[in-house]
Amino acid sequence: MGKISKKTMTKLRRSPVSYFRDTKNEDILFTAMPWFGMDIGGTLTKLVYFEPHNYTFEADDVEAEVLMNIRKYLTKNSAYGATGHRDIHLQMDNVMVNGRKGTLHFIRFPTSEMHNFIELAKSKGMAKLVTSVCATGGGAFKFEDTFRQEVNVKLEKRDELDSLIQGMLFADTNNSHECYYWSDPKEEDSCHKMTYDFSQPYPFLVVNIGSGVSVLAVYGPNDYKRVSGTSLGGGTFLGLCCLLTGCNSFEEAIELATLGDNKSVDKLIKDIYGGDYERFGLPGDLVASSFLGVFSFGQMALKERRDAVSREDLARATLVTITNNIGSIARMCALNEKINRVVFVGNFLRVNPISMRLLAYAMDFWSNGTLKALFLEHEGYFGAIGSLLASDDRV
Amino acid sequence: MQSSSEYEFLAPGLITEVDHLRTGLPSSIKLPDTLEIFRNLKNAKRFAIDIGGSLTKIAYYSLVSHRKVNYEAEKDNAPNEENFTYALSEGARLHFVKFETKYIADCLDFIRSNLVNSKESMSGKSIKATGGGSHKYASLIAEKLGLSVDKEDEMECLIKGCNFLLRNISDEAFVYHRHGNPEYEFQTATPNIFPYLLVNVGSGVSIMKVESEDSYERIGGTATGGGTFWGLGSLITKAKGFDELLQLAERGDHRNADMLVKDIYGGDYKKLGLPADLIASSFGKVCPKRETGGAQYTDADLARSLLFTISNDIGHIASLYAMMHKLNKIYFGGYFLRNHPLSMHTVSFSINYWSRGTVQCQFLRHEGYLGAIGAFLKGAEECDSDKYSWLENYAGSSGLQKSADSGAAPFGQLELDRWESPLRFCPLLKDPANYIPDTVDLNADQEARDYWLACFEESVNKYIERAVASQPYSTTREERAKQLKEKYVSRLHHLKEHPFAFGNLTVRSLLDTIEHCLREFDFPDPFLVQKQLENECAIALLKEWLKELDALSEKERRKELVVSVLAGNMFDWGAKEVATMLESQTFGFEQARENIPDRPWLVDCLDEWLERLEGEPHKKAAIFIDNSGVDVVLGILPFTRWLCSRGTKVILCANSAPALNDVTYSELLVVLKQAAAIDPILAKALHNNDLVAMQQGQVGPCLDLSRLPRDLAEELKTVDLLVIEGMGRAVHTNLNSEFTCESLKLAVIKNRWLAQKLGGQMFAVICKYEKGNT
Repeated sequence: MGKISKKTMTKLRRSPVSYFRDTKNEDILFTAMPWFGMDIGGTLTKLVYFEPHNYTFEADDVEAEVLMNIRKYLTKNSAYGATGHRDIHLQMDNVMVNGRKGTLHFIRFPTSEMHNFIELAKSKGMAKLVTSVCATGGGAFKFEDTFRQEVNVKLEKRDELDSLIQGMLFADTNNSHECYYWSDPKEEDSCHKMTYDFSQPYPFLVVNIGSGVSVLAVYGPNDYKRVSGTSLGGGTFLGLCCLLTGCNSFEEAIELATLGDNKSVDKLIKDIYGGDYERFGLPGDLVASSFLGVFSFGQMALKERRDAVSREDLARATLVTITNNIGSIARMCALNEKINRVVFVGNFLRVNPISMRLLAYAMDFWSNGTLKALFLEHEGYFGAIGSLLASDDRV
Repeated sequence: MQSSSEYEFLAPGLITEVDHLRTGLPSSIKLPDTLEIFRNLKNAKRFAIDIGGSLTKIAYYSLVSHRKVNYEAEKDNAPNEENFTYALSEGARLHFVKFETKYIADCLDFIRSNLVNSKESMSGKSIKATGGGSHKYASLIAEKLGLSVDKEDEMECLIKGCNFLLRNISDEAFVYHRHGNPEYEFQTATPNIFPYLLVNVGSGVSIMKVESEDSYERIGGTATGGGTFWGLGSLITKAKGFDELLQLAERGDHRNADMLVKDIYGGDYKKLGLPADLIASSFGKVCPKRETGGAQYTDADLARSLLFTISNDIGHIASLYAMMHKLNKIYFGGYFLRNHPLSMHTVSFSINYWSRGTVQCQFLRHEGYLGAIGAFLKGAEECDSDKYSWLENYAGSSGLQKSADSGAAPFGQLELDRWESPLRFCPLLKDPANYIPDTVDLNADQEARDYWLACFEESVNKYIERAVASQPYSTTREERAKQLKEKYVSRLHHLKEHPFAFGNLTVRSLLDTIEHCLREFDFPDPFLVQKQLENECAIALLKEWLKELDALSEKERRKELVVSVLAGNMFDWGAKEVATMLESQTFGFEQARENIPDRPWLVDCLDEWLERLEGEPHKKAAIFIDNSGVDVVLGILPFTRWLCSRGTKVILCANSAPALNDVTYSELLVVLKQAAAIDPILAKALHNNDLVAMQQGQVGPCLDLSRLPRDLAEELKTVDLLVIEGMGRAVHTNLNSEFTCESLKLAVIKNRWLAQKLGGQMFAVICKYEKGNT
């Protein structure tokens, strides 16, 4: 099985469709190998590569050789160029994609490096091989012409929200530990991740935090709507952190935030009321908590406070501000839609337990425990996964 | 506290500005001319203060004495100032003064040294204080003023203040259209102001749901407010202070810092309805230089981006709360917006976008005074809303300024005069919630605005001359007249640039402003002599005129009565061109009748009116009357007499205070007495209370039917014929008002420009009869 003749390959390559079903023998034939699903966001491009198992090529096939090379290049490395990364820990083995068993690889790079990616694709001979790639995200529109002109690749545009939801459902189905929540999110010592059974998901709210934020209410596999969003997202966190701390990357910003404390930046309730907040019904331990509502950056109007503040504290305050704001919006959307489960996804949450725990705490606390914040291991890759899956459902 | 979910944003909202108070109390800053600002301080009775991080507002109550000239009927000699008697009338006034908090010590010193009349009586009393700085400055206030300090809950004060303004002040709320005409769309007064959402944007944001005078609930807020704008702005730009940040934002381009939809999609994202220029990620372009090749942005770009970030977010969250609580109206208060066009625009846009047009965002002309007003009202029996209402004094208030205007005065004032009755809507209005008194909105109509502002400026000398002439024995009249002129002319110039400063600019507000200014400079009634002279001349002709009318056939009489009202209405000293004719002294009732143009008139419902008179007599008529002399005596009284003789009860509604040569309530009483002595029908009607005089409750010569004295509004409920006479009441205002009962509007348009604007000629006649419907 799995042998594809050169003739078939040639025939299929002319087709914009990446595969089709052979009605005669019910066998599934593949073309346009390798399989990619791409989600080109405002800041990051997410690339999912499907590596089929039990797949051999005729040794003398030049195109097959290219395929092998690409597979080898992608699967043997974890870094590509200066800015491309493969998230090995997210790799999904033995998953079925469109009837084939294989491994899903997860790769990301900054969208601003798209030209380097295209060069790389050229140099690996991809231009000779692939006629179309499934893509979603704004870049699927923005880079459409570039891909066609530079590497003769047609970007098969997939619906962004469809892809996101299909990708989420696929990941949850194929990974028993995909969905989790944070127990005891407020406590540094006892806080931990707990697997959540998301097999009966509907209805749920999706809060997708990329550069900006989209909020979707999902009632069924194909029944959803975008209910809100905000421009204060991951891009805002990173942009402000760069301005405030001079940091150079998201990872660095998160590292700084981890070491910092927003108490010297924000105005906390106890700063304002001293001990006299009983009048307002605020329990003392809550007030003491850095999780509580504050006036974001409230102390920074004073020069002496600005002069004394550390980069770490500024990064932390930025992270807390953006996260709390998203939490507020998510909570109100959930209430307006009468939905109890809120699934937070998007690359803002990558290596970012601080935000996840803040969101978990906020959802639980402000709702008296009725709202549940859920997270998924493959954070930002669902759009890319979904676009790969939705390859027969073009837009 | 309903539930723990209330905690969330309660605290951020409770204190709005405390965190920006600097340490140390400044005291060496020199005050501008404080006497002009803290007016009538020597009579101050009670104080309240709202101390914020940047602005402080002091409220006080005073009794203002105004001279009133007594109108006396029985005089042997001809009327002139020599034998006038003046009475002092005391009016209550609320003063609100806004100044930068850095002046606080000086202001307190100034107040202390000027409490001439009340220093003793103040001792042992307290001052209500609210705002973030009330705690910090409590001891300073106590020490400087010798008053104990009662701290009041800030949110409660804000809401009290907001309710007070919405109920009392015309054109308080407005919708802002940055690129619209008019830019400021003032909202009409509505009989019911509840429910609404009040969003107070201080350091943080608190959101209150207000359902009635006494019931409100804090429903949420956010930590991202003015403090975030100021704090973050100070970190990422070189701006020093809030206003500098706003000025920076004015000239920046956020597109250099923000990631727009088109930066991600290359254009619109039609499927989700996201336009290309919508901000997808605030500051999203300011990512590490290594990755972007270096985005180019300036401090101004960052400030603008920050302003959009915060304003959009506030609007978004406010709209979510509004939708959650099914409210469609949001009012904004707090120091963040301060009438800054860009911020108001952004908040409005955001609310409209996220609520898909279902929630309307409104701003308040006096939002800065909410807390001070509320604090003052706490327990102030002087302000009992069941007994009194309040009126913005245009002479003593500084109006709305755009905060971006550089060199904006550091001080602001609001003065409110007490009206000794609560005001009510006219119960006969067909659609009270959408009632707009004014026929022409000079905010929106620039041609009309330019004309009227120029027209009022041209006629100011006439007013001044008459004011001076009315007090021949005064030694200060020239000086006061000069000040009056300066004040009024500079106000006209200000309005030319800022037509929105006092709400909708209208002929009515311009006329009211003159009356406020005349009173303020102690020219209580410049037309008194004239009015008295004309009344007496007209009364002398009344008997003969009634005889003439009685000799006519009923059919001719009915027509003649209407024509006489119109002819009488020619006698209007407020109309520039007519005033010149009247000065000739040869202009009499006959000449006036000759000047009434042939029919058909500009608006001519005379036939319908006469046809209606074939039917049942009216049960009760209310007539809003206009000028003294021929107008009231030979026009209105015969008409009234005829109605009375048909068995119709009549209420004659006259102005409460002097306005031009309009007959006032007290003058009307005298005129009626004199007429009764001449005519038995009028005498009988008066005796039987079938003919009564009542007060209109207006300041100037126009008529705002949403602000009538309660007793008049009560009487009007049983009226089936409403007659409105004169240019001020039936043309400048109410020309298009619709009523539930029959109405007859009678006026002669004595202004060439206006007549032409309405499609007629000089002395065009409005005779508009409508059956009315519910």
